[in-house]
Amino acid sequence: MRATVLVRPKDGILDPQGDAVRGSLQKLGFDVGRIRVGRVVDIELAAGDSAFAREQVERMCSELLANPLIESVEIRLDDE
Amino acid sequence: MGRPVVAVVVFPGSNDDRDAAWALGALGADIQFVWHEDDELPETTGAVVLPGGFSYGDYLRCGAIASVAPAMDAVRRFAGSGGPVLGICNGFQILCEARLLPGALRPNRQLEFVCRDTTVRVENADTLFTRRCETGQELLLPVKHGEGAWHADEGQLVQLAARGQIVLRYADDVNGSLGRVAGVVNEAGNVLGLMPHPEHAVDSLLGSADGGLLLAALVDAAAEHVLAAA
Repeated sequence: MRATVLVRPKDGILDPQGDAVRGSLQKLGFDVGRIRVGRVVDIELAAGDSAFAREQVERMCSELLANPLIESVEIRLDDE
Repeated sequence: MGRPVVAVVVFPGSNDDRDAAWALGALGADIQFVWHEDDELPETTGAVVLPGGFSYGDYLRCGAIASVAPAMDAVRRFAGSGGPVLGICNGFQILCEARLLPGALRPNRQLEFVCRDTTVRVENADTLFTRRCETGQELLLPVKHGEGAWHADEGQLVQLAARGQIVLRYADDVNGSLGRVAGVVNEAGNVLGLMPHPEHAVDSLLGSADGGLLLAALVDAAAEHVLAAA
């Protein structure tokens, strides 16, 4: 099973990186509004059970992958 | 009694460990370096310093990987027993990530690395770390960081300030830090994190000796902790 974790700066958290990217895209002539830059973590999991996998990934997020004070997470499970 | 032992934890990518060791050594401490893979501190440890640098290349988030290193289990136990712990710059980031200190450190608002002397105001001189200072005293301390904007929610900031946990504030806006916060202590009062570098300010020939006030207080605290534990 594979999990994809999308980590984003929470709403209301200043994201200077996103602001810088927006400035550069505007300089290139693109008409863009607010931009937020986060990160993607792809995880290969030994777990076969998706409820267990989700519980594991949620714990990974709270213990290491994201800082809940400043980041939000979205977890996608892909059990092909 | 001999010189109190201050353990300086060294992570891959730490780069102010030796400056911290030199400064604390000059102020009377016996320095023991502790490698990040060690899960115990020397038995005689009186205080711990988490030094500045770029532990684990700042992967994931600054301080995140270091916060779960084996040495941090030992630091957590030491802090839990009341032992004094000082985190400088990356060390502050590590303490926040380890949730030993409130808040988090975000990229500087201006998205630039800041490297300059700053004036920092002592907001609370009644801590282990600032007792050689006076409340309201201004210290000249250098900063050098890209991710030093301390963040918490506004309510938490008010609460922390009311409890005297906001120990240091920049005199001007250096990096977008909420409330211009430069240094925070935990509720128990034995864990302090700050972005400015006291270890680079221990000799007036090099611009400032103000950092010595904080570090000498840490050496005092180390001696007291050893006595209390004996």
